[in-house]
Parts: sequence; structure tokens; C-alpha cells
Amino acid sequence: MKRLSLLTLFTAMLLALWLLLNDTLEPGHWLLGAALTIAITLGTAAMRPLRARPHHLLVAVRLLGVVLVDITRSNIAVAGVILGPARRRAHSGFMKIPIDLRDPYGLAALACIITATPGTVWAGLSPDGGNLTIHVLDLQDEEAWIRTIKHRYERPLMEIFE
Amino acid sequence: MTLTLLPSALSFASIALVLAMACAAIRLLRGPSAEDRVLALDTLYINSMILVLVLGIRFDSRIYFDIALLIALFGFVGSAAMAKFLLRGEVIEP
Amino acid sequence: MSGVQFPLWADLLASLLLIVGATLALIGSFGLLRLSGLFARIHAPTLGATLGLGCVLLASILLASVGAHRLVLQEVLITLFMVGTAPVTAMLLMRAGMYRRREDGSRKPSRHQDTARPSTGGASPE
Repeated sequence: MKRLSLLTLFTAMLLALWLLLNDTLEPGHWLLGAALTIAITLGTAAMRPLRARPHHLLVAVRLLGVVLVDITRSNIAVAGVILGPARRRAHSGFMKIPIDLRDPYGLAALACIITATPGTVWAGLSPDGGNLTIHVLDLQDEEAWIRTIKHRYERPLMEIFE
Repeated sequence: MTLTLLPSALSFASIALVLAMACAAIRLLRGPSAEDRVLALDTLYINSMILVLVLGIRFDSRIYFDIALLIALFGFVGSAAMAKFLLRGEVIEP
Repeated sequence: MSGVQFPLWADLLASLLLIVGATLALIGSFGLLRLSGLFARIHAPTLGATLGLGCVLLASILLASVGAHRLVLQEVLITLFMVGTAPVTAMLLMRAGMYRRREDGSRKPSRHQDTARPSTGGASPE
């Protein structure tokens, strides 16, 4: 039953993409899209090594809002660093963050969030998965960055994926 | 004909994006490392995609949207392949 | 411009979004010239790829929807695509930069000194 609901979720997302691409809601496109997406879902099922088990979709929506706000804020911050005086540009560096998230899909989402936020780029995960390295453009307060990433991103992702 | 801001905003956006592409092109030529050049090329294609979208608004045509989508697609494939090559010396590993 | 007249609010809002988006893209590309070292420069283009592109896409959605008197959401496709792909390129470049700087950085110091060398070792490429 669980598998079935995930299958329908994936198919529905693909179908939405198809309708969006064709910019139409005509019944013909619904039919063709449905046939295509079901075929794609069944055909690629073997290629997906792990099934993601997202739950708490409300948490995901809230996380999306948080990320959008953070992207806007750090855009302004990074623009300030680029246009500001030279001493503001001398603080970039690598830092390590201890991490508890283990789910591969959660880690992929975390990597995308960190890299999509201007000012931080994901630089690697230690082989045991316990230490995350990121590069920060404005590295003045390591504690603040650790707090931001653990509280704002990692905790909701653990709720969603684990 | 009422006064509208949109034509001037479109001109401003086009000029700003051309300047942005010029910045990326300078970085592309100057290097110094290969990664810098790939990064500059990546920036160049993102800027050109935004410019195509702005042109789509200016000429009021939906065709520009498809062009932008194609630029995004090919730009990503190109940059990812080049970055992967710099990382491992191979694009597709056996 | 074609002769379409947009209502004043759409005109102003779209103009604002276009100006903000293009300016952010320009600042991001300018950062490529102004920041020193590959690792600092990787951050610069994300400006244009996130909020810069987002603002222009919003303006495009707004004007297309107002012009066609219905919701045109095709631009969401580009957003979805960029959200999925822009971080991948940045991460691959980051890894390539770390790997190559450790490999030949000491042997062949470049003319432009990299201020941000991964001194802590970072994550090991397999």
C-alpha cells in the first residue's frame, strides 16, 4: 500500500511536468501524459536503488519557505561582500560540521540547499558520514553557521526522511 | 500612449546582462586555472539564458522560453561534463 | 515592444523584478573578477543563478499571464531544472578544485595566489 502511494506521487509529479511543458489542460494531453508517465515509472523502477520515504509533507513545505527566505537574505549578504571593502572579502575558508543525517536522499537535499544558498558550497562528506565540509565566503562566526545548518536545515530534513 | 516603465527596465536589464556576460568572458580568458574557466563558462550560459528570457519579454514571444530551456539543458550538460573531466580525467567511467 | 499595454501595477512590478534580477546577475558576474581564488569565486555566480534568474522568471510569468489573461506557468520548469542542476555543477567544480590543488598546488604555484587553500584537508576524494 505504501509503495503504491509513492508510485502515484511520482507519477503525478511527472504528469504535472508534462502538462506544464505543453502548457495545456486538454484531455488528449492528460491521456498521453498519463500513459507516458506510467510507462516511465514502471520502466525506471529498477534503476532507483533506494526508495525515498518522505513523510511530513507540511514540514517540507515549511522548509521550502525557510530556504527561500535564506536564499534571499544571503543573496543580499553576498552582494554586500562582493561590492564591499577588501577586508570583507578576506574571510573565506573551509569549515567542518558534525552531522547526524544519514538518509541518502536527505543528504542530497541538504547538499542542494547548502550549495544553492549563496555564500556556502558543499565541499564533501567524510567517508563515515559524520563530518561535513563546507566552504563559506564570509567565515567569521563558525558557531553561527553550524547552528544555522543544524537547526534550520538538518532537523527538518531528518523529520522528513527518517 | 501612457507612460510605462517597462521598456526602460528591459533596456536596463539587457545592458546589465551584457555587462555581466563581459565580466564572465574576461574571467574565461584570464583563467588562471581550468576550473576558473569552467566556472566562467557556467556563468556565461546562465547570464545568456536570463538575457534570452528578457528578450522573450521584449519581443512578446513564447519561442524564447524554449530557447532558454534548451540553453539551460545544454549548458548544464557541458559544465557538468567538463567539471567531471577535471575531477577524474574521464567523463563517463566504466 | 509589441503594442500590448499592461496595467500599471503589472508594469511597475515587472520592471522592478527585471531591474533587481539583472542587477543581481551583474553583481554575481562582477564577483568573478573581484574575488580572489577559485574557492571564493565559486560563490559569485550563485547570485545570478538563484535570485537573479528567479526575479526575471517571475517577471516573465507575470507579464505572460497578464497578457494572455490566464495563468502561464511554463517558467516554473526552468526554475525546477536550475534548482536541480546548478548545485551539481558547483559541487563538482568544488571537488575538482580541491582535488587538483592538493595534487599539483605545491609543485606548480600559480601566478595568482589562492588565498583559500584547503588547509584543513577537507574531505578526501576517494
